Amino acid sequence: MNIVVCIKQVPDSAATVVAEGGQASWGDAPLVMNPWDEYAVETALLQYEAYGGDVTVISVGAEGATEAIKSALAMGCTQAYLVSDPELAAADSRVIAHVLAAAIKKVGDVDLALFGKQAIDSDMGVTAPQTARILGWPVLSLVSVVQELNPDDGTIKVERSIEEGRQVVESKLPAVVTVSKDIADPRYPSFMGIRKAARADIPVWTLADLEVDVPDPLVRWPEVVNPPVREITNEIISGASPDEIAESLADKIIGEKVL
Amino acid sequence: MDFALNDEHRMVQQMVRDFAQKEVAPTIKEYDRAHDMAPFVLPRMGELGILGINIPVRYGGQGMDYISLGLACEELEAVDSTLRVVMSVHMGLNSMGLLQWGTEEQKQRFLVPQARGDRVACYGLTEPGAGSDVAGMNSTARRDGDEYVINGEKMWISLATKAHHCMWIARTNPDVDPHEGLSAFQVELDRPGVTRGDIKGKMGVRAGSTGWIAMQDVRIPVENRIGKEGEGFRIAMSCLDNGRYTVAAGATGLIRASLEASVRYANERQAFGRVIGKLQLIQAKIADMVESYDAARLLYLRAGWMKNQGLRNTRETSIAKWFATDGSFEAASEAVQVHGAYGYSDEYDVERYLRNSKGAVIYEGTNEIHRLIQAGYALGYRKDTPLRKELPAYDPEFWQE
Amino acid sequence: MGNHILVYVDQFKGQVMPASWEGLGAAQILAEKLGDGIAVLVAGEASHAVAEQAFHYGATEVYYSDSPSLSDYRPEPFTDFVVNVAHEQAAEVILFPTTTRGRELAAMSAVDLGAGVMPDVTALEVEDGRLIATRPVYAGKLLAKTYCETGPQIVTLRGRAFKAPEADSAQTGTPIQVDAGVIESDVSTRVLGYTQAEGGVSLGDAGVIVSGGRGVSNNPSLTPPEGMDEKEAEVWRAQQGFKLVGELASVLGGAVGASRAAVDADYVPYENQVGQTGKLVSPDLYIACGISGAIQHQAGMRSSKVIVAINKDPDAPIFKLARFGVVADLYDILPPLTEAFRQRL
Repeated sequence: MNIVVCIKQVPDSAATVVAEGGQASWGDAPLVMNPWDEYAVETALLQYEAYGGDVTVISVGAEGATEAIKSALAMGCTQAYLVSDPELAAADSRVIAHVLAAAIKKVGDVDLALFGKQAIDSDMGVTAPQTARILGWPVLSLVSVVQELNPDDGTIKVERSIEEGRQVVESKLPAVVTVSKDIADPRYPSFMGIRKAARADIPVWTLADLEVDVPDPLVRWPEVVNPPVREITNEIISGASPDEIAESLADKIIGEKVL
Repeated sequence: MDFALNDEHRMVQQMVRDFAQKEVAPTIKEYDRAHDMAPFVLPRMGELGILGINIPVRYGGQGMDYISLGLACEELEAVDSTLRVVMSVHMGLNSMGLLQWGTEEQKQRFLVPQARGDRVACYGLTEPGAGSDVAGMNSTARRDGDEYVINGEKMWISLATKAHHCMWIARTNPDVDPHEGLSAFQVELDRPGVTRGDIKGKMGVRAGSTGWIAMQDVRIPVENRIGKEGEGFRIAMSCLDNGRYTVAAGATGLIRASLEASVRYANERQAFGRVIGKLQLIQAKIADMVESYDAARLLYLRAGWMKNQGLRNTRETSIAKWFATDGSFEAASEAVQVHGAYGYSDEYDVERYLRNSKGAVIYEGTNEIHRLIQAGYALGYRKDTPLRKELPAYDPEFWQE
Repeated sequence: MGNHILVYVDQFKGQVMPASWEGLGAAQILAEKLGDGIAVLVAGEASHAVAEQAFHYGATEVYYSDSPSLSDYRPEPFTDFVVNVAHEQAAEVILFPTTTRGRELAAMSAVDLGAGVMPDVTALEVEDGRLIATRPVYAGKLLAKTYCETGPQIVTLRGRAFKAPEADSAQTGTPIQVDAGVIESDVSTRVLGYTQAEGGVSLGDAGVIVSGGRGVSNNPSLTPPEGMDEKEAEVWRAQQGFKLVGELASVLGGAVGASRAAVDADYVPYENQVGQTGKLVSPDLYIACGISGAIQHQAGMRSSKVIVAINKDPDAPIFKLARFGVVADLYDILPPLTEAFRQRL
C-alpha cells in the first residue's frame, strides 16, 4: 500500500494566542504537528503494518519547518518531504490543495492520501476535500472506522461520523480520507524512531520541483483581532410558581441561542 | 556553547511528557491517597523503553544518551516523584552501575533484561542503622567456596517488593578499614532466604513502593559479585553519582510543576478586586520559582553533558542534586502558599509536591552531606581519584548497534 | 435583478439542518445590501418536500434534484449539482451551513468554480460590494476578518450565528427540478447504509451539560425504600435527584456532569466529575443544579458559554458566574423546566 499523509505544523494547542498589530502571536510556544494530523499518521501506520508498502509524510511549510515532519518520521513514517517555496507565503487553501495534489502525484502510485480533520490554527477544514477534487479522487471525510481495505481489489469501506450517526461508504482507491479522533489513539514515537528522525535530512520540494502551476490565492485574512471580552450580566429569574419560573428560564436560555 | 536542545532531545522530552501526562496524571491522586503504586506504571515504562532509555541497544536498551535520561526524569517527576524514583533505583543506581562495573557476562545476565523492562531492579545500600554513614553498615557477605552467603537487612529501599534484582552492598572483610571492606553484589530477589515488605505511612512518595529487604543466609554464586572484593564502597559511591543525577533532574521537574500550578492559580483566583497574579508578594514567589527552575535545569544538563563526554562528574552531580532538591522543597512550599487554603487540600496537586519534595532532600545523600562534599572539594580536602572503571562516555555508534 | 446569491439547504432524510434556514436569513440581508436576488438549492431523495418548505422561509426561487444518483449524500455528485446550478445562475455568493456535508461541498465547489471559500463564519458585512467574513481561528482564541479577492465568494455559516426567517406556511411556490449532471458510472463511491453512533454524549464533547452537586440529595420529602441506613438513604435520594438531572440533559441532548462533592459522596461515578480534579469542559450551555460553585468546580466549567445556576442558597458563589440564576429547590424546578424544553425544542 502506498500511503501519503499530509500534515501541518502549527503552534501548540496549549499556547496563549493573542492578536498583536493585526497578526496572531503565540510567543515562544513550540511548533508541533497539528493534533488532528496525529490521528491521520496513526491510521496510515496501522494500514502500513497490515499491508506493507510505504508511508510518505508531506507538509507544506516555511523553510526549516521540520518539527512536525520529524515527529511523523519518529512515529514510523518511511519517507518525508517538505514542500517549501517563498511563493506560497500568501497561499490560501485552494493553492495548498493544488500543491498537495501535485506532490501526491509526484510521489506516484499512491493508493490513499490521509489528512486530519482540520488545522487548529486556521480551523478551515477544506484542504482535504479540495485536494481530492483536484486529483479527481473520491473523498471520505470524518472516518471513524476503516472496516475493510483491499489493496488488491483497490477498494475501501469506512464508517464516517456525521451529525446523524454513522454513514457506511464503500469506495474505489485511490481515495482521500480524513479521520476523526475516535479512529485510533496515536502512538508514541519509539526512541529508535526519534533517533532516526532527528538525524534525517528532510528533502525539500519547491514549486519548480513539483512542476505545478498554482492559481493565485483568492482568500485573504489581512487582520486578526482578539475576541470581544464577554461582559455577562447576572440575571435572577423569579416568578409566582416553579412552572412560571421554568417557562421563563427556558425561553431565556433559548434566546441565548445555545441550543 | 549550545544551550538549545536538539531534535532528538526535544522529541524524547515530548514523548515522556505525553506518557506521564496522559497515562499517569489522571489517576495519580487516587493512588497517592491509597498509598499504592499503580500496577500499570512499571509494565508501561518497560514497554515504552523508558526503563532502558540510556542503555546501549546491545545491552537491551534504547541507546539514547545521558541527557535524554535527565530530560525523561524531569518530565516524569513533573507528574509525580514516584515515576522518577523508579528511574533513580532501576536505572541510575542499579543498571548504570552494571554498565560501569559489570563484566560482559553480568551485563548479559542482568542488564539486558533490566533494560528491556523484563526485570525491575533496585538498590540495597541503606540499613536501619546506617544511612549517611555508609561504611558503618552491618550486612555481611561471607565467602564460602564458590558462593557468598549474605546476611543483613536493608531499609528505605524503593521498589523493594516490586523488583527482581537488587544491588546489595555488604561487608566482606571486617578486619580492614570499613571503607575497604565492602563489596557489591547483584542478588536475584527470589532466592531462598530473602524476605521483603512494604513500608507505609511515609510523608510523601506514597504512590510508589518503598520497603525493606532482609537476607538470611542467602547464597549467591561468586559470578554475582560486581567488581572486586573490597571495591564495594567505591562502587556504591559511583552508583550514587548516577542516582543523584536522576534526582536532580526530577527535582527540576518538580520545581516546574510547582511553578506552572502557581501561575495557573495566580491567573484565576481573585482577591481585592483582581487576579492575585497582580499582587507583588505573589509575584515574588513565582519569580523565585523561575530562578530556581532555570538554574536547576542548567545544573543537571551540565552533569548530563559531562556524563556524555565521559568526564568525572561527582562534584557537578552533587551540586545539581543539592540545589534542585532544596529548590523543589522551597518551590512546593511557596506553591501551597500561593494556593492559600486550597493548597492545603489535596484537591490541588501542590500539597503532594511538597510532601514528595521533602524526601529528595533526605535521600541520595542528605543535603547536609552534599554541603560537606562541596566544601571538601573547594577546600582541597577532597579529591577525585580515577576509578578502576568509569561510566562509559556516550558513543552513538557503540550505543546503537 | 438576477439571482446571484445561492443558499444551499442541507438535509438528511428530509430533516433540514437548521443552519440552512439561517443561511437564507443571512442571504436576505445580503440581497438587500448587494441589490441582488436569492436562489435556494437542495438535493437528495427528499429534496422536493424540502424545496417546498424553503418558500415558507421566504425563498422565491428554489432549485432541487432528486435524481437517483443523489438519493444518498456523496460529495462528488452533490458538488456537481451545486456547481451546475452555480454556473446556470452565474452565482456570485454561495452560502452553505457549516455541517459535515456543507463544509466539504463548499470546499469542492470552490475548486470547480475557481473561487475562494471562507468556512465557519460568524458574521458577514458588505464593503464595496464585497463580503467581509468574520471567522474564529486558533480554536476561537482570535477572530479573523476574511474576504475574497474575486468572486464567486463561497461561505459556510456557523450554526446559531445568524437568524433564520420566521416560517410562514402561507408563503408557497413551485420548486424547479434541475439536471444534476451526474454520470453514476463516474462516481467511485457507494453508500451502504447508516448506523447509530455508539454511546451517549461524552462530557468533553458535549455542547450541553447539566450537572448535579451535593444539593441533589437534599429532598427530605422523598421516602427511601425499607431497610436503608442513613448513608444509603442519602445516596438513594441523590440518585432520584440525578434522574431529574439526567432527564433534563436528555431533552437538551446533553451530558450529565457532577461536582466533586457528589462524586465523593458516591452519588455518581468519577467519569462525570467536572472540575479541577475531574474534567475541564466548555460547553455552550452549563446548567448547575445544587452546586455551590467553589473555585475548583469553577475551574472546570467557567469557560462555558452560558451558565445557569439553580440553588436554594442565594449566596452560593455560582450565581456570580451564572448568566441566569434561579434561587429555588432543584426538585421543584427541574421537572417543569424539562417539560418546558420538551415543548419548545
